[in-house]
Parts: sequence; C-alpha cells; structure tokens
Amino acid sequence: MENIRLAFQGIWGHKMRSVLTMLGIIIGIASIITIVSTIKGTNEQIKQNLIGSGSNVVTVQLYEDSYVYDMSYNSPPAEVSVIEEQVRAELEALDGVEKVSFYTSRQWSDGVSAGKLSFSGGVFGVDSAYMEVNDYHISYGRNFSSEDYDNFRKVLLIDKKAAASLFPGEYPIGKTVEMQGEPFTVIGMVEKGTAFVPHITSFEDYYMYTDTSGGSMFMPYTSWPIVYRFDEPQSVAVRAESTDAMTKAGKGVADYLSESQIAGDDFVSSEVPEEGAETEGEELSGSRFSYRSEDLLEQAQQLQEMSSSTNQQLIWIASISLLVGGIGVMNIMLVSVTERTNEIGLKKALGAKKRRIRFQFLTEASVLTSLGGIIGVIIGIALAELISKTNGIPVAISVPAIVISVVFSMIIGLVFGLVPAVKAANLNPIDALRRD
Amino acid sequence: MILQLEHIYKNYSRGKNSVPVLKDICLQVEKGEYLAIMGPSGSGKTTLMNLIGCLDVASEGSYLLDGQDIGAMDDNALADIRNKYIGFVFQNFYLLPKMTALDNVALPLLYAGVPQKQRRERAAEALKSVGLEDRMNFMPNQLSGGQCQRVAIARAIVTNPSLLLADEPTGALDTTSGNQIMDIFHSLSENGMTIIMITHEQAVAERANKIYRILDGCLITDMEGGSGDGES
Repeated sequence: MENIRLAFQGIWGHKMRSVLTMLGIIIGIASIITIVSTIKGTNEQIKQNLIGSGSNVVTVQLYEDSYVYDMSYNSPPAEVSVIEEQVRAELEALDGVEKVSFYTSRQWSDGVSAGKLSFSGGVFGVDSAYMEVNDYHISYGRNFSSEDYDNFRKVLLIDKKAAASLFPGEYPIGKTVEMQGEPFTVIGMVEKGTAFVPHITSFEDYYMYTDTSGGSMFMPYTSWPIVYRFDEPQSVAVRAESTDAMTKAGKGVADYLSESQIAGDDFVSSEVPEEGAETEGEELSGSRFSYRSEDLLEQAQQLQEMSSSTNQQLIWIASISLLVGGIGVMNIMLVSVTERTNEIGLKKALGAKKRRIRFQFLTEASVLTSLGGIIGVIIGIALAELISKTNGIPVAISVPAIVISVVFSMIIGLVFGLVPAVKAANLNPIDALRRD
Repeated sequence: MILQLEHIYKNYSRGKNSVPVLKDICLQVEKGEYLAIMGPSGSGKTTLMNLIGCLDVASEGSYLLDGQDIGAMDDNALADIRNKYIGFVFQNFYLLPKMTALDNVALPLLYAGVPQKQRRERAAEALKSVGLEDRMNFMPNQLSGGQCQRVAIARAIVTNPSLLLADEPTGALDTTSGNQIMDIFHSLSENGMTIIMITHEQAVAERANKIYRILDGCLITDMEGGSGDGES
C-alpha cells in the first residue's frame, strides 16, 4: 500500500512526463475498447435484424442447383408441382413449425406503375395466412376477403414504402396500380407489427435491403396468374415456434417439400452445398431442383464472424501501440532509476533489501500503466459513444474487455518495468551514495 | 566489544591492476566509545567507513560487529545488519525530498517490519530527542541544513543501533549548526551510544574521546581526544 501511495506521488510529481509515458498505453487501450465495443454493437444489431424481430419466420424457397429459382425469366419447372392446400396441415404438424404460408413472388417488379411513377420493390401473391405469419397488420383499409380470393379480384395491399414511391403525399386506398397493363385497386396498407425486417435471401440481399428496399405489394394468390404465370411453385414462409426452433422448422419443411413436390426424384438434402462442391449424387439423381431453407441464424453467425475477423486484425494493430507504450514505460523507468540513484542507495543503506527496491519500481511501473489503461478505457468508451452518436453504428460496452484491458496494461507495466526494477535493486549502495 | 577489525585489507581492481586501498587495519571499539577517524582525501577513510558500515566487504581479514562475522554474509543479510545495528549520518543528509520529516525518520523502521502506529510513535520520539518535535510534518525543503541533519540523526538513532556512523556530519553546515550537531553527538555519547565519526576537521575530531588517523590506507596513530596534536 505504501508503495502504491508513493507511486502515485511520483506520478503526480512528474505530471507531464507521466502523461507522455502513459500516452502509448492510453491510445492502445482506447482503440481496443472502441473496436471491441463496435464489434459487439454490430454483432448485436445483426442478430436483432436477422432473428430478433420476434417474427421467427424462415423462408423456404425452390432452388435450382445452388441458386434460388427465378420465375421472372424461367417457366415453372415441369417436375416441380404446385403445393396443394392439404400439404399445409402436414407441414404445420412438423416439429417446431407453428404456421405456414404459401406465396409466389417477384423480388424486382417489372411493369408496375401508377401514373408516371413506377414501382421497383417486391410483388407477392399470397394466401390468407401470409399476413399473420409475417406479422403484417392492416394500418388503413381492409384485408383480403374470401370473396377476393374466390372471385380473382384485382386488389392490392401495399406497405408504406410502396405507397411512398407510387403515391407520394396521397392517400393510396382506392387508387389504381397498373400491373403489366392490368388495373389493380389498392384496398389497404400494411405495416410490420414489429420493426421493419428486410426480406433476406443472401448476404448481398442483406446489404441491399437494409436501406434501399423499394417496398412490397401483395395480391391474392388466385389473382397472380392474371399478371404472371399459372402454376408457379410457391415459396413457403414458415413461422417457427421459437427463435431456437427456426433452423429445425425451416429444414423440416424444406426436406418435406423436396421429397413430396419434386417429381421422379430421390430425396435431396436441403443443405446448401458449398460453391463448386456439388455432389455427384445430386447430378445422378436427375433433378436439379430442391427446396431449401434460409437459415438466418447461420447467416447471422457468418456475418458476425466476418465483422469479427476484420476487427481482430485492427486489435492486433492496436496492440502494437501497447508494445510501443510498454517500451516507453521501460525507457522512462530507466531514466527514473538513474535519477533516483541516491534515493536507492540511501534506502539500501538503511536496510532495504533488493526485493523491496525491485517491488517498489515494479509497483511504480504497473501503477503508471494501469492508470494509463484506466484512462484509455474511459477515452475508449467516450470514443465509442461518439461514434455511435455520429455514425449510427451501434455500440455495446463489453465489461470483460474493460477488465482484460486494465489487467493487461498492468501486466505490461510488470513486464517492461522488470528491467529497470532489477537494475535498481542491483545498484551498489556505495556507488549509489557517492553520486551527487 | 562492539567492533573488531582484524588485519583488514581492501583492494580495488582497476583493469588488470589491483590497487590496495586499506592495508592491515586493526581496530577495536568498545561499547559507548566516541571516536573520530581523520585523514586527507584519498587516504581510504571513506572505504574504511563503507566497510564498517557493512556497505562493502573486505578483501581480506575479519570483521566482527557485535560478535557477528560480516565477511560471510550475502547482500540481504548485510541489509538486515545495517538496519538493526548501524545508524548512518551522511554529509549531504540524504533525506527523501517528498516525505515529511516524520516519514523520513520512520523509514528504517518500515524496513525492520515495525507496524505503522509504532513507527510513527518511535519516529516522533526520535525527532523529539533532537529538538525537532515542532517540525515533524515539515518537508525537507522547508527545513534548514542544520535541521535536516538533525532529522538525519533522528533517522539514524530511531532503530536503537549499536553503532552510529557519521561521515563528515558537519561538512555541509555553517559553524553554528555544526556545533549544534556536535552537541547532539556529545549528548548521545553521554547516554552510552557508540559513535564513529569520519572527518577532516580537527576541531570536530577533538570533540571525540579518541582520534585515529588514516594515511595511505594505514591506521597510523592512536591518541586521546582533545590533545590538539597533528595537522592533516
């Protein structure tokens, strides 16, 4: 305790020198804390965006080889049949599945306009379960009725973004949208029950959809062939019973559909094969089609790994600053030993043992670096908060990172203080007292 | 017998050559003696003081301090001996500038492992005995040279050492302060403290009971204090 008090006195006695010495440590620790906080924040945002929305929805889509089968340019494949209504009950009986919805879609609409404005979002042909499964609520107007489905009515539900792009500043309900020349009437507006969650099918989609999605519009699936094609195999939105059940529910549905919907075909795994690693078995089985689930949990983890690995490199770079800081500490401690030769000599003459002198200098070095570490942590937190305020990058302060940083800076003090401390302890008291 | 030096030699090696600094020194000091060692600079008196103070070990010969053989000890054991048996007073005081007078005096007790409360009590007592009870919480730079040296004496006697070793204790002081210091040594001696003082001032040496002279590494004369004999 006495040593620590003396160390603080020493640091206070040379304020300017101490601050300069600590600077390397301060900068190193501050950057590490900032980086770690940003990584943690980003990861939590990714997780929240992808799976934390509360809707627990997994999308199961038809794949050709390893790509989503795009109905915009291709005819419905002959060997894949349309999912019949009775399959619904069987899918909903699968483990982890709460409710399913069948829908057809175009990710990028074509030939959809209102007046001079055209629409470039997604168009969906949906069944009556869709809104509930995907957690959409009617904010204005009305939902589809069974008459809409039975009578192939040309009606639309649109979301806020679609309304903003087609009818800026207008009340959209009752307005007409031209879809490939067919007039459709907007009967309602929908809104996500929770925060907006982009429709994600790949990494590219994640970046594309987070900010620039043009919105969505929905029509009864019975009206879909008026604009698009008959007998398009549907995608399935699966609402899982819980977030943890998402992977299992998605795979279960995908496997079931691959087996039941794709004709003359042996069962094909729902696992997305790695690029260039298409199995020969798949080629031999005759069909290039399969249903696969979008495992958002897995994607989230991959995204998190990506951001972590780049940031880990940044941490290594920041560690160099710690190394330089440590060398600075060693340098200044060596100077301090030389300056205080008389003091050391006197203490030895009065009966201080080597161990005590060594301990005194080690304490001083580690108090110096720990103090630097603590200041660095404070600056790092402040920087992280500043970044989150100005750039909108989410930040989460990591308590273990703070503890490790301070402990680590203390260790730096001990390591780089060792040489000066040993030098001080081994001073000959005669020589030490003779100098003036 | 507090101190017994027998046929002490000390050589310093300069490159390949070994330079003898002390030659065949024999010295015996009884408890309660007050003696002065005089000699010109370069005569080896500082080396002798370092040996007596256990800051250095002899090349040859034996040294018994309070019956213990110093020659056979390692650094840590020597540190203990210095702490327990020897009180140092230096020409330049060597007070730690960032500590109060009281803390400076208490320092040797810290190394002796005395608990803090006792350290402060004993340090206060020692300061009182040198007449500085009203300066306890002063920093060294707030004290005069004479007061600093009195603090240093308090520090030297706070552990109740067997031997008080003073190296030119008045060398940095004016005559008045010097005389005060000499008075303190005198009263310590009267209370039974064994004192060895190294000086080159005849007037200072004459306050001692006994004066030894060292010349070219040999302890050559042995006379009663106050005789006023000899010049350096």
